[in-house]
Amino acid sequence: MDDLKSGSNLEKVLKAGHFALTGECGPPKGANVEHLREKFLHLKGVVDAVNVTDNQTAVVRLSSWAASAIMVQEGVEPNFQMVCRDRNRLAMQSDILGVYAMGVRNMLCLSGDHQKFGNHPQAKNVYDIDSMQLISLAKTMRDEGKFFNGEPIDVPPKLFIGAASNPFAEPYEFRVYRLAKKIAAGADFIQTQCIYNMERFREFIRQANDMGLTEKCYILAGVTPMKSVGMANYMAKQVPGMDVPESLIKRLKGVEKTKVAEEGIRFCLEQIEEFKTMKGVAGVHLMAIEWEHRVPEIAERAGLLPRPVVN
Amino acid sequence: MTEPFEPTLIAFCCKYCAYAAADLAGSMRLNYPSNVKITQVPCTGRVDIIHLLKAFEDGADGVYVAGCMEGDCHFVSGNLKAKKRVAYVQKTLEEIGIEPDRIDMFNLSSAMGPRFAEIAIQMTERIRKLGPTPLASSSQTCPTQEGMP
Amino acid sequence: MIVADRKSIHEILDMVKDCSNILVVGCKGCVTVCNVGGLKEVQILAATLKIARKKEGRPLHVDETLLERQCDPEYIAMIQDRVNDYDAVISMACGVGPQFLSEAYPDQRFYPAVNTTFFGGAVAHGIWEERCAGCGTCIIHHFDGLCPIARCSKSLMNGPCGGSDHGKCEIAKNVDCIWDKIVRKKMELGRLNDLLQVFPAKNWQTARDGGLRRSRREELIQHG
Repeated sequence: MDDLKSGSNLEKVLKAGHFALTGECGPPKGANVEHLREKFLHLKGVVDAVNVTDNQTAVVRLSSWAASAIMVQEGVEPNFQMVCRDRNRLAMQSDILGVYAMGVRNMLCLSGDHQKFGNHPQAKNVYDIDSMQLISLAKTMRDEGKFFNGEPIDVPPKLFIGAASNPFAEPYEFRVYRLAKKIAAGADFIQTQCIYNMERFREFIRQANDMGLTEKCYILAGVTPMKSVGMANYMAKQVPGMDVPESLIKRLKGVEKTKVAEEGIRFCLEQIEEFKTMKGVAGVHLMAIEWEHRVPEIAERAGLLPRPVVN
Repeated sequence: MTEPFEPTLIAFCCKYCAYAAADLAGSMRLNYPSNVKITQVPCTGRVDIIHLLKAFEDGADGVYVAGCMEGDCHFVSGNLKAKKRVAYVQKTLEEIGIEPDRIDMFNLSSAMGPRFAEIAIQMTERIRKLGPTPLASSSQTCPTQEGMP
Repeated sequence: MIVADRKSIHEILDMVKDCSNILVVGCKGCVTVCNVGGLKEVQILAATLKIARKKEGRPLHVDETLLERQCDPEYIAMIQDRVNDYDAVISMACGVGPQFLSEAYPDQRFYPAVNTTFFGGAVAHGIWEERCAGCGTCIIHHFDGLCPIARCSKSLMNGPCGGSDHGKCEIAKNVDCIWDKIVRKKMELGRLNDLLQVFPAKNWQTARDGGLRRSRREELIQHG
């Protein structure tokens, strides 16, 4: 068996061939450590790693690296996210070393939403390097033990490198190529944007399989349970790159208002069931945003508990 | 005893429609106020922002541009250009605290003698109500551009 | 060319609030082409300032002039005989103009009447759009003449980011996603493979990030 790249729990679970489950946690809009702990402790033992968002939608929150470090202290494995919007290559390399020193072993490389969306639209744009180059950077630091400029690093950071993929973004024809690019750049694992259109996703994963991408990289399918018809409509109309089929909205409308959330969860469970046996899908990334307390129940009902412990 | 305020208006009228309508109003012996000083232009498209501003600078209480009906401009779209320029001046006046209603654009055909008179009467009334130009220089001293038809 | 937008009348009036005699200097270069600081616009600004001040009961004397360009000392020199006759001078040129004037005439106050914005061109009559960010290392040939540095909101070199909506950037419905255009063009040309390479990180030293830039033509520089 090859050496592990980072030794993270997520890596070990995936490498051993288990169906992985990751969750998500957004840090608070303040230094409210209690609230943060409360949120991620729901997920302890329930998922293999917890994504920690980085000033998501350009809204200032407790930093991803700090929240990740706190998680490590509490025995929960973080998946530390870094966006390209707020940091230049110096800060990025510095933070990568920093999180590694604090026990973080997974990293997700993202472009980041433009600051226009957030609560500080007047800020200067950084975008010194893009997500593709960040993946390359993290890989170079880990595998070659070198900084961006080629100088050696005394103790290289060994992170399990992840990236995001949106199978439904435009231009649609290019998405599987962009996935290929991220893998070539060094992505070890991919988490997709949340999926609702299973038919289109099956086509996407088939293309990825055909290109041999799923042998080089672990793909985790993104799932977000629909809480209400309003949410489904919002996602369908207001969120770019999101494909919500009419059939799903109809299905949610077809039940009593009080039963919609349960129906949303049922759909989610059906998806997970299919993903478990879908060729090329190595796990599920469950994004139950502000619904973290329901994740243990969903994981249980999906037959994903207890989580495997790999040494 | 103070004399009642008599506004001075400058009207830029295109040769092919508005000025012709003014001529017709004259032949029809229609009355309209002598407050309106008419300036003939070959087309309202010839009127530029600076001309409109200068009229106010020189003391006009009100200004208007009268051209052909939209779609019937003798020079195709001169009246549309004029419309945009009038709108620009309205915006500028508003920014500096002068009533944008002091300037306007009208469209009429050469056969519309009565309409020409009506515009002159209405605009004069409007300006009379708004009062003298807020500029310090007296509105009575505004030089006339051209004699009446 | 360099594109600019005129400052609000309030801002300009505020600049000259303690003046009674000013000069407005236009420029026949870029600002004439984008209709913000040429002869016409100088006349309009002068008239507007005079009207506004007349209304306040504090008349302002405004002279008008136009220079060929405000980015060459020979043209800047052309107003030397009159420049100090005024309380202040308003320049309608791009940001270069008021600076060159200030350097040439240190005893006079120069105010910018326009906000200089970007390098661009006319996409329709009366509409100019940004095309170039002046990064100093042009790479548009890799992207079939479309610049991702200037035209991608995130300056991605390996886009698209996935946030676009029907070919429009996530930041605004009226901004094209340049990466959508780049990918589609490559697809049309049958050269999608060009985009499979990971374009390496940009060297921003030649851009504004590297500090003040200078351009030298050794063959023209007069020595001695």
